[in-house]
Amino acid sequence: MKKKLLAALLAAACLFTGCSNNGTSSSDSSSADNSTASGENSTAVDTDVKVGFVYIGKIDDGGYTQAHDAGRLAVEAMGVETAYVEDVAETVSDTCEAIRTLIDEGCNLIYTNSFGFMEGTVEMAKEYPDVKFAHCSGYMREDNMSTYFGKVYQARYLAGIVAGMKTEANRIGYVAAKGIPEVIRGINAFTLGVQSVNPDATVEVVFTDTWYDPAVEKQAALELLNKGVDVIAQHQDTTAPQVAAQEKGAYCIGYNFPTADAAPDAYLTAACFRWATFYTDDVQRAIDGTWSSRAYWEGLAANMTYLDELSDLCAEGTQEKVDAARNAIIDGSLEPFTGPLYDQDGNLKVEDGVRMTDDEIWNMSWFVKGVVGTIPA
Amino acid sequence: MDILNEISLFLQTSVQMGTHILFAIVGGIICEKVGNTNLGVEGMMLMGAAMGFTVACSTGNPVLAVLAAGAAGLAGALIYAFITVTLRGNQVVTGLVLTIFGTGFAGFIGKSVSGNIVPESVVSAFRPYDIPILCDIPIIGKALFSQSIYVQMALVVAILAYFYINKTKMGLYMRAVGENPAAADASGVNVTFYKYFNILLGGFLCGVGGAYLSIVFLTTWQDNVTAGAGWIAVALIIFSTWNPLKAILAAYLFGMLKGLNFKMQGWGIQVPSQFLEMLPYVATIVVLVFITLRKKKENQPPKALGDPYFREER
Repeated sequence: MKKKLLAALLAAACLFTGCSNNGTSSSDSSSADNSTASGENSTAVDTDVKVGFVYIGKIDDGGYTQAHDAGRLAVEAMGVETAYVEDVAETVSDTCEAIRTLIDEGCNLIYTNSFGFMEGTVEMAKEYPDVKFAHCSGYMREDNMSTYFGKVYQARYLAGIVAGMKTEANRIGYVAAKGIPEVIRGINAFTLGVQSVNPDATVEVVFTDTWYDPAVEKQAALELLNKGVDVIAQHQDTTAPQVAAQEKGAYCIGYNFPTADAAPDAYLTAACFRWATFYTDDVQRAIDGTWSSRAYWEGLAANMTYLDELSDLCAEGTQEKVDAARNAIIDGSLEPFTGPLYDQDGNLKVEDGVRMTDDEIWNMSWFVKGVVGTIPA
Repeated sequence: MDILNEISLFLQTSVQMGTHILFAIVGGIICEKVGNTNLGVEGMMLMGAAMGFTVACSTGNPVLAVLAAGAAGLAGALIYAFITVTLRGNQVVTGLVLTIFGTGFAGFIGKSVSGNIVPESVVSAFRPYDIPILCDIPIIGKALFSQSIYVQMALVVAILAYFYINKTKMGLYMRAVGENPAAADASGVNVTFYKYFNILLGGFLCGVGGAYLSIVFLTTWQDNVTAGAGWIAVALIIFSTWNPLKAILAAYLFGMLKGLNFKMQGWGIQVPSQFLEMLPYVATIVVLVFITLRKKKENQPPKALGDPYFREER
């Protein structure tokens, strides 16, 4: 008897939820009204959008994935349900499995946050045409799959200004992960930033060939510091290079996420992403029914990337220079990759006054003058 | 002078990069000397790294932190010893499982402490210090005498382990158990005790080694902090032909490897990093081939390595 009652109740509950879901998707205007009403009460938005995230790292890694997860929390704050799978390996099968898990949980808008998830995301986008996808940092798109990334090179340019003002040895170290355009672009923008305030300074680069290996990252930084650099910048996922800088009494510039706590006596600032900007915008489009596949690549102007607040350790007058450059980038009067640009051997690569196109910047595979180091084959 | 200084700084960093591996190799050797292949080194290192870090942060006591790290490695080894010695389970499988378990355990413990920094009291206890006069010896001075006490401890432990294995009665018994447990048993050596004791001792050292990374070298919690160092240690156990003194060389050579890559980048020489990552394993294979061909007695693996011991089966 009791079991029957329970079953009846469950069935009623299913029916009820089914109805309400149909209601929202069929009439846009009423659901929009509902969402504003409930939004004011800061409870759930009346939407059937559920967002899933596939993460390369752990949500508390103090770096790349944590920065993404701050974006997920911003989506939750909109009143939208979210789910995530962390620590996913960059193989097609693992990517697909993680995406399937999220779809089984009811997600219909899925973000995958690492380059290596690209093939798997494409495969799943083809298999589930009704689910929306967006892949971070890649170049493959489908009708139901966007790409997104932040112009963090703009923030790196500002970080370069900070480093160029601070260095006394006129030698800055840069611990880089891999010799791919994303990293090269960052090194170049950083170096241009350095040289905009300190034309004599050079940026010495070593490649670790790993995104994540704390001990090796620290060793790379120590090698640079032993050679005499006095500021360390990084394109790595942990704070280990910053710890090295602190140990050797030098200064450091972080990446991804403000990390002043890791090396308080060395930390100058960090070039950071604000993923929430993209995620909330994209989820809102899904809720409004205006979502379409696109290539999203925004920077300082859209508040997609930013430079962390300068610490007290920065050289005097840095704030003014950074503010001026930031405003110029935002209003469009300054683009770091504007000619004349020379490569390491002094050959003119970009004519005076010519701006590199987004495509050229995206695919950059040469170092600008002022970088000391070679791109691994 | 400048070049000498550069070399000595390079060696200083290399020794630091070899320290956690040295602990792990010595721990692994002690375990294998009683006839147990332990592939759980990586797991025990991570357990030690996580527990050591947690205790360092909560108590601020450097000694407690090291002991806790060792205890965590020991706890991992206890699981392994119970399955392989008491239940006579397969050592390879158990070791692999221990690594997977340890990785998960460390990730779980680490979640609650991530974002913390090792307190100043612990950092200053393990800060590199100069031993006067000795640290000014050219080339090797900084590498040995301008280091953290933790780094020097690894060296001392390796030397003590050599004497323990080769010059003490307990070492003799342990080697007997590893070579021929039946004979040892017949002559009155408590096989189970010696296996347990040395496996646990090895686990303790692995745990302490892992903690070097989390509480001394990095001072922040990073997930999966060893990043495969435990596996390199397993390979280097063979490379050092089960001799803790050669382990010192193996560990520091390995520590040098990555640094050398960074140096060569500075000189404009390109070596694919895959090649360097291959080196410890290639070297291990070469040594394996070499010792099997030469059949020199003192370079051979313990005879009963990998075999569970059943008293009734003779």
